Amino acid sequence: MILTKEQQALLDGEKGATMAKIVKTLVMYGEAFGAERMVPVTSRYGHTVISFGIGVMKPVYELYDELLRAGAKSKQPFSADPRPLDKNVPSSFLQNVVFKFMYSQQEHYEEQLRQLGLMGEDAYTCACYLPEAGNVPQRGEVLSWAESSAVVYANSVLGARCNRNSGIIELMGSIAGFVPEFGLLTDDGRRADWVVEVRTSKLPDAQLLGSAVGMKVLEKVPFVRGLDKWLGKELDGRACAYLKDFGAACASNGSVGLYHIEGMTPEAADMGDALIRDSAPVYVVDDAELERVKSSYPCIWKDLDAKPKLCFMGCPHMTLDQLKDWTVRVETALREAGNKQVLIPTVFTSAPGVIREFEKTEYAARLKATGVILSYICPLMYMNNPLSKKMPVITSSNKLRTYTSARFYSDDEILAKITKEGK
Amino acid sequence: MTKTFQGRVVTPGTVTAEALVSHGGFNTLASYQMALMFGDKQVKCGDQNNADLYKKPMIGKALCLPETIGSTTGGMVLYTACAMGKQPACMLFSKPIDSLAASGAILAANWTDAKMPVVDSLGEEFLAYVKDGMKLTVGENGLVTAES
Repeated sequence: MILTKEQQALLDGEKGATMAKIVKTLVMYGEAFGAERMVPVTSRYGHTVISFGIGVMKPVYELYDELLRAGAKSKQPFSADPRPLDKNVPSSFLQNVVFKFMYSQQEHYEEQLRQLGLMGEDAYTCACYLPEAGNVPQRGEVLSWAESSAVVYANSVLGARCNRNSGIIELMGSIAGFVPEFGLLTDDGRRADWVVEVRTSKLPDAQLLGSAVGMKVLEKVPFVRGLDKWLGKELDGRACAYLKDFGAACASNGSVGLYHIEGMTPEAADMGDALIRDSAPVYVVDDAELERVKSSYPCIWKDLDAKPKLCFMGCPHMTLDQLKDWTVRVETALREAGNKQVLIPTVFTSAPGVIREFEKTEYAARLKATGVILSYICPLMYMNNPLSKKMPVITSSNKLRTYTSARFYSDDEILAKITKEGK
Repeated sequence: MTKTFQGRVVTPGTVTAEALVSHGGFNTLASYQMALMFGDKQVKCGDQNNADLYKKPMIGKALCLPETIGSTTGGMVLYTACAMGKQPACMLFSKPIDSLAASGAILAANWTDAKMPVVDSLGEEFLAYVKDGMKLTVGENGLVTAES
Protein backbone atom coordinates (compact mmCIF):
# COMPACT_ATOMS: atom_id res chain seq x y z
CA MET A 1 0.00 0.00 0.00
CA ILE A 2 1.24 3.48 -0.84
CA LEU A 3 0.75 5.95 2.00
CA THR A 4 0.89 9.73 1.84
CA LYS A 5 3.72 11.43 3.72
CA GLU A 6 1.34 12.30 6.54
CA GLN A 7 0.02 8.75 6.80
CA GLN A 8 3.54 7.33 6.73
CA ALA A 9 4.57 9.73 9.50
CA LEU A 10 1.69 8.51 11.64
CA LEU A 11 2.74 4.92 10.98
CA ASP A 12 6.31 5.83 11.93
CA GLY A 13 5.14 7.13 15.30
CA GLU A 14 5.02 10.89 14.78
CA LYS A 15 1.91 11.06 16.97
CA GLY A 16 2.85 8.30 19.38
CA ALA A 17 2.91 4.54 19.57
CA THR A 18 -0.85 4.09 19.91
CA MET A 19 -1.62 6.14 16.80
CA ALA A 20 1.09 4.20 14.96
CA LYS A 21 -0.60 0.95 15.99
CA ILE A 22 -3.99 2.24 14.79
CA VAL A 23 -2.53 3.05 11.38
CA LYS A 24 -0.69 -0.29 11.26
CA THR A 25 -3.99 -2.05 11.95
CA LEU A 26 -5.69 -0.12 9.11
CA VAL A 27 -2.79 -0.83 6.75
CA MET A 28 -2.91 -4.58 7.49
CA TYR A 29 -6.70 -4.49 7.08
CA GLY A 30 -6.32 -2.88 3.65
CA GLU A 31 -3.49 -5.16 2.57
CA ALA A 32 -5.63 -8.22 3.30
CA PHE A 33 -7.89 -6.98 0.49
CA GLY A 34 -5.27 -5.63 -1.89
CA ALA A 35 -5.97 -1.96 -1.12
CA GLU A 36 -3.39 0.32 -2.72
CA ARG A 37 -4.13 3.49 -0.80
CA MET A 38 -6.07 5.10 2.01
CA VAL A 39 -8.97 7.45 1.25
CA PRO A 40 -10.34 10.16 3.54
CA VAL A 41 -13.53 9.56 5.49
CA THR A 42 -15.82 12.25 4.06
CA SER A 43 -19.09 11.78 5.93
CA ARG A 44 -20.07 14.26 8.62
CA TYR A 45 -20.79 11.54 11.16
CA GLY A 46 -19.57 8.06 12.02
CA HIS A 47 -21.44 5.12 13.52
CA THR A 48 -20.24 2.43 15.91
CA VAL A 49 -21.84 -0.95 16.41
CA ILE A 50 -20.62 -1.28 19.99
CA SER A 51 -23.17 0.29 22.33
CA PHE A 52 -23.13 -2.15 25.21
CA GLY A 53 -21.08 -2.20 28.36
CA ILE A 54 -21.10 -5.93 28.75
CA GLY A 55 -18.81 -7.14 31.52
CA VAL A 56 -17.24 -9.93 29.53
CA MET A 57 -16.08 -7.57 26.76
CA LYS A 58 -13.55 -6.06 29.16
CA PRO A 59 -10.72 -6.35 26.60
CA VAL A 60 -12.62 -3.92 24.33
CA TYR A 61 -13.01 -1.31 27.06
CA GLU A 62 -9.36 -1.72 28.07
CA LEU A 63 -8.37 -1.11 24.46
CA TYR A 64 -10.57 2.02 24.38
CA ASP A 65 -8.94 3.21 27.62
CA GLU A 66 -5.60 2.82 25.88
CA LEU A 67 -6.87 4.90 22.94
CA LEU A 68 -8.18 7.61 25.25
CA ARG A 69 -4.97 7.73 27.30
CA ALA A 70 -3.17 8.41 24.03
CA GLY A 71 -5.54 11.33 23.33
CA ALA A 72 -7.41 9.59 20.50
CA LYS A 73 -10.74 11.05 19.41
CA SER A 74 -12.95 10.38 16.41
CA LYS A 75 -12.59 13.01 13.68
CA GLN A 76 -16.35 12.81 13.11
CA PRO A 77 -18.94 12.82 15.90
CA PHE A 78 -20.65 9.44 15.76
CA SER A 79 -23.85 7.63 16.65
CA ALA A 80 -23.92 4.20 18.30
CA ASP A 81 -26.17 1.16 18.30
CA PRO A 82 -29.10 1.08 20.75
CA ARG A 83 -28.70 0.92 24.49
CA PRO A 84 -29.21 -2.55 25.97
CA LEU A 85 -31.59 -1.68 28.80
CA ASP A 86 -34.90 0.12 29.22
CA LYS A 87 -37.00 -0.21 32.36
CA ASN A 88 -40.18 0.13 30.26
CA VAL A 89 -39.58 -3.28 28.70
CA PRO A 90 -41.13 -6.04 30.83
CA SER A 91 -38.61 -8.09 32.80
CA SER A 92 -38.68 -10.11 36.00
CA PHE A 93 -36.78 -9.39 39.20
CA LEU A 94 -34.32 -12.16 38.40
CA GLN A 95 -33.85 -10.96 34.83
CA ASN A 96 -33.04 -7.51 36.18
CA VAL A 97 -30.43 -8.97 38.54
CA VAL A 98 -28.78 -10.72 35.58
CA PHE A 99 -29.01 -7.57 33.44
CA LYS A 100 -27.23 -5.61 36.15
CA PHE A 101 -24.46 -8.19 36.21
CA MET A 102 -24.26 -8.50 32.41
CA TYR A 103 -24.13 -4.80 31.62
CA SER A 104 -21.94 -3.83 34.56
CA GLN A 105 -19.67 -1.76 32.27
CA GLN A 106 -22.49 0.28 30.67
CA GLU A 107 -21.88 3.53 32.54
CA HIS A 108 -18.11 3.32 32.08
CA TYR A 109 -18.49 2.51 28.40
CA GLU A 110 -20.92 5.35 27.71
CA GLU A 111 -18.42 7.74 29.29
CA GLN A 112 -15.75 6.34 26.95
CA LEU A 113 -18.06 6.97 23.98
CA ARG A 114 -18.65 10.58 25.09
CA GLN A 115 -14.91 11.15 25.28
CA LEU A 116 -14.34 9.51 21.90
CA GLY A 117 -16.89 11.79 20.21
CA LEU A 118 -20.48 10.50 20.57
CA MET A 119 -23.00 12.81 18.81
CA GLY A 120 -25.23 13.15 21.87
CA GLU A 121 -27.17 11.32 24.55
CA ASP A 122 -29.92 10.36 22.07
CA ALA A 123 -27.50 9.02 19.47
CA TYR A 124 -28.16 5.38 20.35
CA THR A 125 -29.91 3.58 17.47
CA CYS A 126 -29.05 1.00 14.83
CA ALA A 127 -31.10 3.07 12.34
CA CYS A 128 -28.94 6.18 12.63
CA TYR A 129 -29.64 6.96 8.95
CA LEU A 130 -33.28 7.86 9.63
CA PRO A 131 -33.83 11.62 9.24
CA GLU A 132 -35.07 11.94 12.83
CA ALA A 133 -31.87 10.29 14.08
CA GLY A 134 -29.75 12.88 12.30
CA ASN A 135 -26.97 10.81 10.73
CA VAL A 136 -27.90 10.65 7.04
CA PRO A 137 -24.88 10.30 4.76
CA GLN A 138 -24.94 11.68 1.24
CA ARG A 139 -24.42 9.71 -1.95
CA GLY A 140 -20.75 9.05 -2.68
CA GLU A 141 -19.51 9.91 0.80
CA VAL A 142 -16.93 7.55 2.30
CA LEU A 143 -17.92 6.20 5.72
CA SER A 144 -16.13 4.39 8.49
CA TRP A 145 -19.19 2.71 10.00
CA ALA A 146 -19.99 -0.65 11.51
CA GLU A 147 -23.46 -2.17 12.11
CA SER A 148 -24.44 -4.55 9.36
CA SER A 149 -27.96 -3.20 8.87
CA ALA A 150 -26.81 0.44 8.80
CA VAL A 151 -23.91 -0.23 6.42
CA VAL A 152 -26.10 -2.09 3.92
CA TYR A 153 -28.73 0.68 4.07
CA ALA A 154 -26.19 3.49 3.66
CA ASN A 155 -24.57 1.72 0.70
CA SER A 156 -27.71 0.57 -1.04
CA VAL A 157 -30.46 3.12 -0.38
CA LEU A 158 -28.35 6.25 0.16
CA GLY A 159 -25.50 5.43 -2.22
CA ALA A 160 -22.77 6.16 0.33
CA ARG A 161 -19.62 4.02 0.33
CA CYS A 162 -18.69 1.86 3.27
CA ASN A 163 -17.19 -1.58 3.74
CA ARG A 164 -18.62 -4.03 6.23
CA ASN A 165 -16.20 -2.91 8.90
CA SER A 166 -16.06 -4.59 12.23
CA GLY A 167 -16.60 -2.92 15.57
CA ILE A 168 -13.31 -1.32 16.79
CA ILE A 169 -11.94 -1.07 13.22
CA GLU A 170 -14.66 1.47 12.37
CA LEU A 171 -13.59 3.63 15.29
CA MET A 172 -9.94 3.37 14.29
CA GLY A 173 -10.85 4.59 10.79
CA SER A 174 -12.75 7.51 12.32
CA ILE A 175 -9.83 8.39 14.59
CA ALA A 176 -7.30 8.25 11.75
CA GLY A 177 -9.70 10.02 9.37
CA PHE A 178 -8.94 7.60 6.55
CA VAL A 179 -9.78 4.04 5.55
CA PRO A 180 -8.27 1.56 3.10
CA GLU A 181 -9.84 1.69 -0.35
CA PHE A 182 -11.17 -1.71 -1.34
CA GLY A 183 -14.40 -3.63 -1.89
CA LEU A 184 -17.52 -1.50 -1.60
CA LEU A 185 -15.49 1.71 -1.75
CA THR A 186 -14.61 1.01 -5.38
CA ASP A 187 -16.77 1.17 -8.52
CA ASP A 188 -15.88 -2.40 -9.42
CA GLY A 189 -16.68 -3.70 -5.93
CA ARG A 190 -20.16 -2.23 -6.21
CA ARG A 191 -21.11 -4.15 -9.37
CA ALA A 192 -23.72 -6.88 -9.00
CA ASP A 193 -22.55 -10.52 -8.78
CA TRP A 194 -26.05 -12.01 -8.71
CA VAL A 195 -29.41 -11.28 -10.28
CA VAL A 196 -32.43 -11.99 -8.08
CA GLU A 197 -35.73 -12.39 -9.93
CA VAL A 198 -38.71 -11.90 -7.61
CA ARG A 199 -41.68 -13.84 -9.00
CA THR A 200 -43.99 -14.01 -6.00
CA SER A 201 -47.77 -13.61 -6.09
CA LYS A 202 -47.71 -10.58 -3.76
CA LEU A 203 -45.17 -8.23 -2.20
CA PRO A 204 -42.87 -10.64 -0.38
CA ASP A 205 -42.28 -10.18 3.34
CA ALA A 206 -39.14 -8.01 3.41
CA GLN A 207 -37.59 -10.03 6.20
CA LEU A 208 -38.14 -13.32 4.38
CA LEU A 209 -36.94 -12.09 1.00
CA GLY A 210 -33.84 -10.59 2.61
CA SER A 211 -33.13 -13.83 4.42
CA ALA A 212 -33.47 -15.89 1.24
CA VAL A 213 -31.20 -13.55 -0.69
CA GLY A 214 -28.61 -13.34 2.11
CA MET A 215 -28.41 -17.11 2.45
CA LYS A 216 -28.00 -17.50 -1.31
CA VAL A 217 -25.49 -14.78 -2.19
CA LEU A 218 -23.64 -14.52 1.17
CA GLU A 219 -21.16 -11.61 0.78
CA LYS A 220 -21.89 -10.92 -2.89
CA VAL A 221 -23.82 -7.98 -4.34
CA PRO A 222 -27.33 -8.85 -5.61
CA PHE A 223 -29.33 -6.92 -8.22
CA VAL A 224 -33.01 -7.46 -7.46
CA ARG A 225 -35.67 -7.35 -10.19
CA GLY A 226 -39.42 -7.47 -9.78
CA LEU A 227 -40.08 -5.43 -6.65
CA ASP A 228 -41.18 -2.32 -8.55
CA LYS A 229 -44.45 -4.10 -9.30
CA TRP A 230 -45.47 -3.48 -5.70
CA LEU A 231 -43.13 -0.79 -4.46
CA GLY A 232 -42.97 1.44 -7.51
CA LYS A 233 -39.78 3.32 -8.36
CA GLU A 234 -39.84 6.00 -5.67
CA LEU A 235 -37.73 5.75 -2.54
CA ASP A 236 -40.63 6.95 -0.41
CA GLY A 237 -41.20 6.18 3.28
CA ARG A 238 -42.84 2.84 2.59
CA ALA A 239 -40.11 1.70 0.21
CA CYS A 240 -37.31 2.85 2.52
CA ALA A 241 -38.84 0.99 5.48
CA TYR A 242 -39.19 -2.13 3.33
CA LEU A 243 -35.58 -1.89 2.15
CA LYS A 244 -34.35 -1.29 5.72
CA ASP A 245 -35.85 -4.62 6.82
CA PHE A 246 -34.85 -6.42 3.63
CA GLY A 247 -31.25 -5.25 4.00
CA ALA A 248 -30.97 -6.17 7.66
CA ALA A 249 -32.09 -9.71 6.86
CA CYS A 250 -29.65 -9.92 3.90
CA ALA A 251 -26.82 -8.75 6.12
CA SER A 252 -27.51 -11.01 9.09
CA ASN A 253 -28.58 -14.18 7.26
CA GLY A 254 -25.70 -13.70 4.85
CA SER A 255 -23.15 -10.91 4.81
CA VAL A 256 -24.51 -8.61 2.13
CA GLY A 257 -23.09 -5.10 2.35
CA LEU A 258 -24.76 -3.68 -0.75
CA TYR A 259 -27.75 -4.54 -2.92
CA HIS A 260 -29.30 -2.84 -5.92
CA ILE A 261 -33.04 -2.69 -6.58
CA GLU A 262 -33.90 -2.30 -10.24
CA GLY A 263 -35.09 1.20 -11.08
CA MET A 264 -35.15 2.28 -7.46
CA THR A 265 -31.88 2.46 -5.54
CA PRO A 266 -29.53 5.25 -6.72
CA GLU A 267 -26.94 3.28 -8.67
CA ALA A 268 -29.50 0.89 -10.19
CA ALA A 269 -31.65 3.84 -11.25
CA ASP A 270 -28.67 5.51 -12.92
CA MET A 271 -26.85 2.56 -14.45
CA GLY A 272 -29.47 -0.18 -14.81
CA ASP A 273 -28.20 -3.50 -16.16
CA ALA A 274 -24.72 -2.07 -16.74
CA LEU A 275 -24.15 -2.68 -13.03
CA ILE A 276 -24.47 -6.45 -13.48
CA ARG A 277 -21.38 -8.56 -14.13
CA ASP A 278 -21.49 -10.63 -17.31
CA SER A 279 -21.33 -13.94 -15.50
CA ALA A 280 -23.91 -13.13 -12.81
CA PRO A 281 -26.05 -16.18 -11.99
CA VAL A 282 -29.81 -15.81 -11.50
CA TYR A 283 -31.69 -16.71 -8.31
CA VAL A 284 -35.46 -16.99 -8.76
CA VAL A 285 -37.55 -16.30 -5.67
CA ASP A 286 -41.17 -17.42 -5.80
CA ASP A 287 -43.75 -18.23 -3.12
CA ALA A 288 -42.47 -21.80 -2.78
CA GLU A 289 -38.89 -20.66 -2.30
CA LEU A 290 -39.90 -18.25 0.45
CA GLU A 291 -41.88 -20.99 2.15
CA ARG A 292 -38.89 -23.33 1.89
CA VAL A 293 -36.63 -20.72 3.50
CA LYS A 294 -39.10 -19.96 6.28
CA SER A 295 -39.62 -23.62 7.12
CA SER A 296 -35.85 -24.12 7.36
CA TYR A 297 -35.55 -21.84 10.41
CA PRO A 298 -34.76 -23.81 13.53
CA CYS A 299 -36.66 -23.02 16.72
CA ILE A 300 -34.83 -23.81 19.95
CA TRP A 301 -37.75 -23.37 22.33
CA LYS A 302 -38.02 -26.36 24.65
CA ASP A 303 -41.80 -26.36 24.27
CA LEU A 304 -42.73 -25.53 20.70
CA ASP A 305 -46.36 -24.97 21.78
CA ALA A 306 -45.47 -22.52 24.55
CA LYS A 307 -47.57 -19.37 24.79
CA PRO A 308 -45.40 -16.39 23.81
CA LYS A 309 -44.53 -14.17 26.74
CA LEU A 310 -43.17 -11.28 24.73
CA CYS A 311 -43.17 -9.95 21.19
CA PHE A 312 -40.45 -7.68 19.79
CA MET A 313 -40.94 -5.60 16.65
CA GLY A 314 -38.28 -3.24 15.39
CA CYS A 315 -34.93 -4.89 14.81
CA PRO A 316 -33.64 -2.74 13.13
CA HIS A 317 -35.45 0.15 14.79
CA MET A 318 -38.79 1.12 13.22
CA THR A 319 -39.23 4.21 11.09
CA LEU A 320 -41.77 6.92 11.90
CA ASP A 321 -43.98 5.66 9.06
CA GLN A 322 -43.76 2.10 10.38
CA LEU A 323 -44.82 3.21 13.86
CA LYS A 324 -47.84 5.02 12.43
CA ASP A 325 -48.70 2.17 10.08
CA TRP A 326 -48.43 -0.43 12.82
CA THR A 327 -50.54 1.67 15.17
CA VAL A 328 -53.35 1.53 12.65
CA ARG A 329 -52.82 -2.17 11.91
CA VAL A 330 -52.92 -3.12 15.59
CA GLU A 331 -55.96 -0.92 16.28
CA THR A 332 -57.85 -2.37 13.32
CA ALA A 333 -56.99 -5.98 14.12
CA LEU A 334 -57.95 -5.52 17.78
CA ARG A 335 -61.28 -4.01 16.77
CA GLU A 336 -62.00 -6.87 14.38
CA ALA A 337 -61.17 -9.41 17.09
CA GLY A 338 -63.25 -7.61 19.71
CA ASN A 339 -60.22 -6.96 21.90
CA LYS A 340 -59.07 -3.69 23.44
CA GLN A 341 -55.42 -4.41 24.11
CA VAL A 342 -52.76 -6.74 22.76
CA LEU A 343 -52.93 -10.27 24.14
CA ILE A 344 -49.15 -10.76 24.27
CA PRO A 345 -46.88 -8.13 25.85
CA THR A 346 -45.54 -6.36 22.78
CA VAL A 347 -42.62 -3.96 22.42
CA PHE A 348 -42.03 -1.75 19.39
CA THR A 349 -38.50 -0.41 19.26
CA SER A 350 -37.30 2.72 17.54
CA ALA A 351 -34.65 5.44 17.65
CA PRO A 352 -34.90 8.04 20.42
CA GLY A 353 -35.24 10.78 17.79
CA VAL A 354 -38.04 8.91 16.01
CA ILE A 355 -39.84 8.23 19.29
CA ARG A 356 -39.64 11.94 20.13
CA GLU A 357 -41.29 12.82 16.79
CA PHE A 358 -43.85 10.04 17.14
CA GLU A 359 -44.83 11.33 20.58
CA LYS A 360 -45.81 14.61 18.92
CA THR A 361 -48.40 12.87 16.73
CA GLU A 362 -51.91 11.66 17.55
CA TYR A 363 -50.71 8.10 16.93
CA ALA A 364 -48.72 7.99 20.18
CA ALA A 365 -51.77 7.97 22.44
CA ARG A 366 -53.52 5.54 20.11
CA LEU A 367 -50.61 3.10 20.22
CA LYS A 368 -50.41 3.40 23.99
CA ALA A 369 -54.13 2.57 24.21
CA THR A 370 -53.48 -0.75 22.45
CA GLY A 371 -51.07 -1.74 25.23
CA VAL A 372 -48.02 -1.79 22.97
CA ILE A 373 -44.87 -0.54 24.69
CA LEU A 374 -42.56 1.81 22.81
CA SER A 375 -38.85 1.57 23.61
CA TYR A 376 -35.41 2.60 22.37
CA ILE A 377 -33.90 -0.72 23.53
CA CYS A 378 -31.86 -3.19 21.46
CA PRO A 379 -34.00 -6.36 21.54
CA LEU A 380 -30.92 -8.44 20.83
CA MET A 381 -29.26 -7.18 24.00
CA TYR A 382 -32.40 -8.01 25.96
CA MET A 383 -32.42 -11.52 24.55
CA ASN A 384 -28.76 -12.09 25.45
CA ASN A 385 -29.85 -12.51 29.06
CA PRO A 386 -29.98 -16.31 29.60
CA LEU A 387 -33.30 -15.92 31.38
CA SER A 388 -34.68 -14.10 28.33
CA LYS A 389 -33.30 -16.89 26.16
CA LYS A 390 -35.54 -19.34 28.00
CA MET A 391 -38.61 -17.18 27.42
CA PRO A 392 -40.85 -17.88 24.43
CA VAL A 393 -40.36 -14.61 22.55
CA ILE A 394 -41.71 -13.98 19.07
CA THR A 395 -40.60 -11.52 16.40
CA SER A 396 -40.84 -10.73 12.73
CA SER A 397 -37.19 -9.70 12.67
CA ASN A 398 -34.96 -12.14 10.90
CA LYS A 399 -31.92 -10.54 12.51
CA LEU A 400 -33.30 -11.11 16.00
CA ARG A 401 -34.22 -14.68 15.06
CA THR A 402 -30.71 -15.34 13.81
CA TYR A 403 -28.89 -14.24 16.95
CA THR A 404 -31.31 -15.29 19.68
CA SER A 405 -33.93 -17.84 20.66
CA ALA A 406 -36.74 -15.57 19.41
CA ARG A 407 -39.11 -17.37 17.06
CA PHE A 408 -39.82 -15.92 13.65
CA TYR A 409 -43.28 -15.20 12.27
CA SER A 410 -44.24 -13.00 9.34
CA ASP A 411 -45.70 -9.57 10.02
CA ASP A 412 -49.23 -10.84 9.32
CA GLU A 413 -48.77 -13.81 11.64
CA ILE A 414 -47.41 -11.58 14.39
CA LEU A 415 -50.37 -9.24 14.03
CA ALA A 416 -52.81 -12.15 14.38
CA LYS A 417 -50.98 -13.53 17.40
CA ILE A 418 -50.82 -10.29 19.37
CA THR A 419 -54.37 -9.12 18.57
CA LYS A 420 -56.49 -12.25 18.12
CA GLU A 421 -54.87 -15.52 19.07
CA GLY A 422 -52.74 -14.67 22.09
CA LYS A 423 -50.66 -17.79 21.51
CA MET B 1 -2.21 -40.38 4.44
CA THR B 2 -1.42 -36.68 4.11
CA LYS B 3 -2.67 -34.04 1.73
CA THR B 4 -1.52 -30.44 1.45
CA PHE B 5 -3.32 -27.24 0.54
CA GLN B 6 -1.65 -23.93 -0.25
CA GLY B 7 -3.33 -20.79 1.01
CA ARG B 8 -2.44 -17.17 1.66
CA VAL B 9 -1.18 -16.02 5.06
CA VAL B 10 -3.42 -13.35 6.63
CA THR B 11 -1.78 -13.44 10.07
CA PRO B 12 1.33 -15.58 10.40
CA GLY B 13 2.18 -18.48 12.69
CA THR B 14 2.47 -22.25 12.84
CA VAL B 15 0.29 -24.68 14.72
CA THR B 16 -1.02 -28.25 14.74
CA ALA B 17 -4.60 -28.85 15.86
CA GLU B 18 -7.71 -30.94 15.31
CA ALA B 19 -10.05 -29.76 12.59
CA LEU B 20 -13.52 -28.44 13.31
CA VAL B 21 -15.39 -27.88 10.07
CA SER B 22 -18.21 -25.50 9.17
CA HIS B 23 -19.41 -25.96 5.61
CA GLY B 24 -21.69 -22.93 5.77
CA GLY B 25 -20.81 -19.34 6.68
CA PHE B 26 -19.60 -19.00 10.26
CA ASN B 27 -21.64 -16.44 12.19
CA THR B 28 -19.07 -15.16 14.68
CA LEU B 29 -21.45 -13.31 17.00
CA ALA B 30 -24.03 -16.09 17.11
CA SER B 31 -21.30 -18.70 17.62
CA TYR B 32 -19.41 -16.96 20.43
CA GLN B 33 -21.77 -14.68 22.31
CA MET B 34 -23.16 -17.09 24.90
CA ALA B 35 -19.86 -18.91 25.45
CA LEU B 36 -17.97 -15.69 26.08
CA MET B 37 -20.69 -14.11 28.14
CA PHE B 38 -21.03 -16.99 30.54
CA GLY B 39 -17.47 -18.20 30.71
CA ASP B 40 -17.90 -21.52 28.90
CA LYS B 41 -14.41 -23.00 29.16
CA GLN B 42 -14.93 -25.21 26.11
CA VAL B 43 -16.34 -22.27 24.13
CA LYS B 44 -19.13 -24.32 22.61
CA CYS B 45 -20.67 -22.93 19.46
CA GLY B 46 -23.99 -21.21 20.23
CA ASP B 47 -25.27 -20.76 16.68
CA GLN B 48 -28.39 -22.89 16.32
CA ASN B 49 -28.40 -22.15 12.58
CA ASN B 50 -25.06 -23.88 12.08
CA ALA B 51 -25.81 -27.60 12.12
CA ASP B 52 -22.11 -28.48 11.66
CA LEU B 53 -20.91 -26.67 14.78
CA TYR B 54 -23.83 -26.10 17.15
CA LYS B 55 -22.85 -27.06 20.71
CA LYS B 56 -19.39 -28.29 19.66
CA PRO B 57 -16.33 -26.95 21.55
CA MET B 58 -14.33 -24.49 19.46
CA ILE B 59 -11.41 -23.57 21.71
CA GLY B 60 -8.04 -24.78 20.43
CA LYS B 61 -9.51 -26.25 17.25
CA ALA B 62 -8.38 -25.66 13.70
CA LEU B 63 -11.54 -23.91 12.59
CA CYS B 64 -12.15 -24.64 8.89
CA LEU B 65 -14.76 -22.51 7.19
CA PRO B 66 -15.68 -20.81 3.93
CA GLU B 67 -16.10 -17.32 5.41
CA THR B 68 -17.72 -15.55 8.33
CA ILE B 69 -21.17 -13.98 8.10
CA GLY B 70 -23.54 -11.84 10.13
CA SER B 71 -23.14 -8.93 12.53
CA THR B 72 -20.34 -6.43 12.22
CA THR B 73 -19.56 -7.08 15.86
CA GLY B 74 -17.90 -10.23 14.44
CA GLY B 75 -14.36 -8.85 14.39
CA MET B 76 -14.74 -7.39 17.87
CA VAL B 77 -16.03 -10.72 19.16
CA LEU B 78 -13.07 -12.55 17.63
CA TYR B 79 -10.67 -9.97 19.09
CA THR B 80 -12.28 -10.46 22.52
CA ALA B 81 -12.03 -14.24 22.27
CA CYS B 82 -8.31 -13.86 21.48
CA ALA B 83 -7.73 -11.37 24.30
CA MET B 84 -9.34 -13.85 26.70
CA GLY B 85 -7.34 -16.81 25.38
CA LYS B 86 -10.49 -18.49 24.05
CA GLN B 87 -9.68 -18.41 20.37
CA PRO B 88 -9.43 -21.33 17.95
CA ALA B 89 -5.90 -22.61 17.34
CA CYS B 90 -6.13 -21.22 13.84
CA MET B 91 -8.70 -20.18 11.25
CA LEU B 92 -8.53 -21.73 7.81
CA PHE B 93 -10.72 -20.21 5.11
CA SER B 94 -11.51 -21.91 1.83
CA LYS B 95 -12.48 -18.53 0.29
CA PRO B 96 -10.65 -15.20 0.39
CA ILE B 97 -11.16 -13.81 3.88
CA ASP B 98 -14.10 -11.48 4.57
CA SER B 99 -13.75 -8.05 6.16
CA LEU B 100 -15.08 -9.03 9.59
CA ALA B 101 -12.85 -12.05 10.09
CA ALA B 102 -9.88 -10.08 8.79
CA SER B 103 -10.64 -7.30 11.26
CA GLY B 104 -10.78 -9.73 14.17
CA ALA B 105 -7.57 -11.50 13.18
CA ILE B 106 -5.68 -8.25 12.58
CA LEU B 107 -6.94 -6.62 15.78
CA ALA B 108 -5.85 -9.72 17.70
CA ALA B 109 -2.44 -9.74 16.04
CA ASN B 110 -1.79 -6.07 16.84
CA TRP B 111 -3.52 -5.53 20.17
CA THR B 112 -3.29 -8.87 22.04
CA ASP B 113 -0.64 -11.48 22.80
CA ALA B 114 -2.72 -14.27 21.29
CA LYS B 115 -1.28 -16.45 18.56
CA MET B 116 -3.89 -17.44 16.00
CA PRO B 117 -2.54 -18.10 12.51
CA VAL B 118 -5.08 -17.28 9.81
CA VAL B 119 -4.84 -18.63 6.27
CA ASP B 120 -7.35 -17.96 3.51
CA SER B 121 -7.98 -18.96 -0.13
CA LEU B 122 -7.39 -22.66 0.54
CA GLY B 123 -9.98 -23.59 -2.08
CA GLU B 124 -13.24 -25.51 -2.17
CA GLU B 125 -11.37 -28.82 -2.28
CA PHE B 126 -9.92 -28.07 1.14
CA LEU B 127 -13.32 -27.68 2.75
CA ALA B 128 -14.61 -30.78 0.97
CA TYR B 129 -11.62 -32.82 2.17
CA VAL B 130 -11.23 -31.90 5.84
CA LYS B 131 -13.33 -33.63 8.47
CA ASP B 132 -13.87 -32.99 12.18
CA GLY B 133 -10.99 -34.44 14.22
CA MET B 134 -8.50 -34.58 11.33
CA LYS B 135 -5.00 -33.43 12.33
CA LEU B 136 -4.06 -30.19 10.53
CA THR B 137 -0.68 -28.48 10.54
CA VAL B 138 -0.30 -24.87 9.45
CA GLY B 139 3.12 -23.81 8.14
CA GLU B 140 4.59 -20.27 8.09
CA ASN B 141 4.06 -20.01 4.34
CA GLY B 142 0.32 -20.78 4.40
CA LEU B 143 0.77 -24.47 3.58
CA VAL B 144 -1.80 -26.59 5.42
CA THR B 145 -1.11 -30.31 5.82
CA ALA B 146 -4.03 -32.61 6.61
CA GLU B 147 -3.41 -36.06 8.10
CA SER B 148 -6.21 -38.57 8.06
